[in-house]
Amino acid sequence: MSASVAIEFKNVSRIFSVKQEDQSGDVKAVENVSLQIRDGEFFSLLGPSGSGKTTSLRMIAGFDRPTSGQILLYGQDVSSLPPYERDVNTVFQDYALFPHMTVGENVAYGLMIKKVSKIECEKRVDDMMDLVQLTGFAGRKPSQLSGGQRQRVALARALINHPKVLLLDEPLGALDLKLRQQMQIELKFIQQRVGITFIFVTHDQEEALTMSDRIAVFNHGRIEQIGTPAEIYEHPITQFVAGFVGVSNLVSGEVAKRITGSDVKFSVRPEKIHLGMLGDKPEADTFIAEGKVRDVIYLGLYTRYLVELDGGGDLVVVEQNLKTTSMDVMQARGQLVRLFWKKEHISYMGD
Amino acid sequence: MLNRISTYFYLRPKVVLALMLLPPMLWFLVVYIGSLITMLINSFFYLDGFTGKVIHEFTLRTYIKLFDPINLQIFGRTTLMAASVTLACIIIAFPLSYFMARFASQRMKTFLYLAVTLPLWSSYVVRVYSWKLILAQEGIISWFARLIHLDWLLQLYLNLPGVGGPSLSISATGIFIVFVYIWLPYMIIPIQTALERVPKSLLEASGDLGATPAQTFRTVLLPLAFPGVVAGSIFTFSLTLGDFIVPQLFGNSSFYIGKAVLTYQGTSGNIPLAAAFTMGPIIIMIVYLLIARRLGAFDAL
Repeated sequence: MSASVAIEFKNVSRIFSVKQEDQSGDVKAVENVSLQIRDGEFFSLLGPSGSGKTTSLRMIAGFDRPTSGQILLYGQDVSSLPPYERDVNTVFQDYALFPHMTVGENVAYGLMIKKVSKIECEKRVDDMMDLVQLTGFAGRKPSQLSGGQRQRVALARALINHPKVLLLDEPLGALDLKLRQQMQIELKFIQQRVGITFIFVTHDQEEALTMSDRIAVFNHGRIEQIGTPAEIYEHPITQFVAGFVGVSNLVSGEVAKRITGSDVKFSVRPEKIHLGMLGDKPEADTFIAEGKVRDVIYLGLYTRYLVELDGGGDLVVVEQNLKTTSMDVMQARGQLVRLFWKKEHISYMGD
Repeated sequence: MLNRISTYFYLRPKVVLALMLLPPMLWFLVVYIGSLITMLINSFFYLDGFTGKVIHEFTLRTYIKLFDPINLQIFGRTTLMAASVTLACIIIAFPLSYFMARFASQRMKTFLYLAVTLPLWSSYVVRVYSWKLILAQEGIISWFARLIHLDWLLQLYLNLPGVGGPSLSISATGIFIVFVYIWLPYMIIPIQTALERVPKSLLEASGDLGATPAQTFRTVLLPLAFPGVVAGSIFTFSLTLGDFIVPQLFGNSSFYIGKAVLTYQGTSGNIPLAAAFTMGPIIIMIVYLLIARRLGAFDAL
């Protein structure tokens, strides 16, 4: 696989000037972001709302322009090109299907604009409808489709032009959980089949972890961390990433010092911590903490324990219910326990 | 006591519905439909030319009169005027409506709404008369034409048959200008409402798929705004068809439908012919609406 760069952000900022009665000023939606997205990658922009991920996507599409900095599409500076001159297509959050056209006309829209011949047009629409498993739906109106089907139409419409990059703006947000999980797998499958770079905006960390080759975590207009799902999850480098992606125990100050010997803040995932009895002997290279179980929440697949550490502070511990039952775990409340976790499982937070 | 009445109605929603609908239905049936039917009946009577009395006998001779060349001309002239006024209103209203729907801030939008509807607060007759002054030979338009030494052009235009006349204030062009002015708000508001309902993402999607702004306008925006355009044109078209004051004030001897109706039933007491004349615009409107439906204007309703 070639390692060429599909999209590159060079110190991109987007500043909106807000003018309202009570306040005026600049909002830095995206602030000095630099980023490289590789050819053929499934890349996610993950972050809470207002973190700049959607603005970044809109700047790639051309709906918005950077206040400063450059956006390169396969080496070409597209920062000031209008959307219709960029070889990039978008799947919109609200699908944005044209209500006055049939599904087939919607999918064919990009070809119609390019004045592709009718015969080729029909063939390519059929191919696309097959790809998104909507064979035979071409004659319907978008209003006659379910949310999941509209989603597929939007995908087919965006893919029919064979764009160099496909942008997806929280496309699964409006679907229910089951359908969303199904579409996640399907999207990934389609991406591998067409071999196009996908850039996927989402606020759902699980979704990002499920589908992405790499993830950029956004917060307050800046990128906090870029990495593979495993890197992001196992070794978050900032407190924000540790808290936003999955659940983390953050330990700092005196408590940290008692456990690791230094007061540098660190995070540890609840499932990495092993719950043991007071006398249990630690293996090599483990950190130890002792405390009392304050609360137990039985969740079927696993159980969540809230442990109050002896020297102050709490740790959340998650254990799979491999051998235990709800009866057993409930008795753990109030017991004194010893916690172990491997040294490699903590991530030190810079600041 | 009040409580028990409330409970009574709460348990009988159909009674409430009937009570609510009774006044509007009565009004609608008696005043609207009733007067239309009376008019329809009258149009089948005829006026005795000698006695000047209306003969209450079923006949089609009044309708046959409508097909006199002079009356057909009146229909043609009025329909053409209504169509031109409607077209001009669409062309003028669209950009403003688009601006209001897409770009104007909330405050600007409120201001424009007020500005567009403000003329409707004042008397129709006053506004029409003020145009008489603007368009008159001594009015501001002629004055301005003289000022920039283009009065010869204005004169040349007024000499054209059909659209010209002794001055702008007595010409088909004058009628046209005043009609466009008077009915424009009725076109702006529906188009603006229709455009407001087009999500911005549709326009973005169109551009994203390679359409230039002009292509987006033609393939996405215009079709989606079409119901609003039709709604507005129903106002401008039918109001122009029936109006008699503007042709009266700005017209020469050529009749328009409204003026003809007024003359027949007022001056000559020929109520059957006036009634038959009025059926003209109704039929024209029905045809118009059928065409609009054909073009898909009501699909979204």
